[in-house]
Amino acid sequence: MASVLRRPGPVLALLAIAALVVMVLFMTIKARGAWDFVLPFRGRKLAALLVVGHAVAVSTVLFQTVTANRILTPSIMGFDALYVLVSTALVFFFGATRLTTLDPQLKFAIDVILMALFAALLFRWLFSGGTRSLHLLVLVGIVFGILFRSLNSFMQRMIDPNEFDVLQDVLFASFNAVDETLLGISAVAIVVVSVLVWRERHALDVLSLGRDHAINLGLDHRRAVTRILFLVTILVSVSTALVGPVTFFGLLVANLAWQVAGSARHVHVLPVAVLLAAIALVGGQLVLERVFALNASLSMVIEFIGGVVFIALLVRRGQQ
Amino acid sequence: MIELGGLTKAYGDMVVVDGISLTIPSGGITSIIGPNGAGKSTLLSMIGRLLKATAGTVSVDGLDVAATPSNTLARRLSVLRQENHITARLTVRDLVTFGRYPHSRGRVTAGDRDKVTAAIDWLGISDLAGRFLDELSGGQRQRAFIAMVLCQETDHVLLDEPLNNLDLKHAVGMMKLIRRAADDLGRTLVVVLHDVNFAAHYSDRIIAMRGGKVVHHGTPDEVVRADILTDIYDVPIAVHELAGTRVVTCFG
Repeated sequence: MASVLRRPGPVLALLAIAALVVMVLFMTIKARGAWDFVLPFRGRKLAALLVVGHAVAVSTVLFQTVTANRILTPSIMGFDALYVLVSTALVFFFGATRLTTLDPQLKFAIDVILMALFAALLFRWLFSGGTRSLHLLVLVGIVFGILFRSLNSFMQRMIDPNEFDVLQDVLFASFNAVDETLLGISAVAIVVVSVLVWRERHALDVLSLGRDHAINLGLDHRRAVTRILFLVTILVSVSTALVGPVTFFGLLVANLAWQVAGSARHVHVLPVAVLLAAIALVGGQLVLERVFALNASLSMVIEFIGGVVFIALLVRRGQQ
Repeated sequence: MIELGGLTKAYGDMVVVDGISLTIPSGGITSIIGPNGAGKSTLLSMIGRLLKATAGTVSVDGLDVAATPSNTLARRLSVLRQENHITARLTVRDLVTFGRYPHSRGRVTAGDRDKVTAAIDWLGISDLAGRFLDELSGGQRQRAFIAMVLCQETDHVLLDEPLNNLDLKHAVGMMKLIRRAADDLGRTLVVVLHDVNFAAHYSDRIIAMRGGKVVHHGTPDEVVRADILTDIYDVPIAVHELAGTRVVTCFG
């Protein structure tokens, strides 16, 4: 049994079944009322959860592969801090009413464009000059993240407490009121990116060996890394602009995926991470709604359960 | 054949490799020796395109290393550095299979698998094929990496200090392997070595470096001489003839 669970095939099948079960439960449990209301209502939420889960899982795995580091996530580069900054600045300069009445599609466009611009500026560093390294790029990202966070807390301290309350509410990742058009756009973007990622799956395996081995094996390392980081940026920008900062569970999902996939190849790790993310997000939302009656936050639920699973896995591997 | 033309690497004002022009002929083992900081590893990294040269050219079989697509070069030239930390958890067989990437582009065929098995057998690590790299000793891991670069089937193989962290037994084993790769498989090996005795015994040619320049190059008989070595390493060195082999001592 234990040895079967260390092979990629059975692991994938098991996770797929688990994900399906969680989704069915999410759609049907305690559904009082007309099905033609319940199903579209919950279906929209489920779609948002899956789109975002997919984006976070894939982007985190790619980021960890490119940086050859298992404790980094794209959020360290300050993407979600930038998202928070946009909303905070809106409230600071124009007031909370402006933020809540702003056309969600316009806000989405502003968020995506700003985040993509920020990333493009950062990645220009990788192109200019031969000595600039990936680690320097990440470091610059971290510094910008700190700057954005400091600006956020500065502005949040200055604004009216009532407006702060409204802002706080907006900034919690929420899957309850997702705009349908935006959900469609995001889904298409993420499908396109995923196809591109899948075509790079073998190159990703080579990249995970580190720069020197990748070059030795004939990969144009700099171009490959830039390409992957570009895809990561799209994934992170779209998912953050759609529901708010959710990268918190990327670290957990990616590391669980490396642990349980039974293979270090991206052909296996990427689908495993996506399925784990679906289980974590949908399952977490289920627990949040049915057990805690929305009196907790999704990150709390996922991080508690996921953290326990993760520690259990580490302990078990330590005993072998 | 590897040709270097005015190859230079400088960090600001500090010149690490200083205008080296040299031809390394095909076949056999060419060792690069010299004190720490002589620029040996830097030179090897530039030949293997891991490091961009400040000036000068490297060509491998007439292909300019800076201008040729990386994938084309990966079928002519392989390079292995001394530190090989890998984040991914791989088995020996997984690692050696990567050596086929320049040929297979990830789509591993039955022919590729046979070559992987052959390389693993050739290095005598068949019993370790299913083990994870982090479960191996330093010497075993070194062999796994050598199997990977040999599996790449390149005419030229560059190795940066392959004897690093190996005890005497494993160092001798490694040098014998490298010798066999040159003699039986017909590969051209360029190896950075610290131990002059190993270089003297196993190489066909020796390149001696100091301060970023090639100060001597030639056969071991020509280079392994007391006056030359003393000059390069800046310590008194004696060369003795013992049972037909030159032995270097440096304890005064």
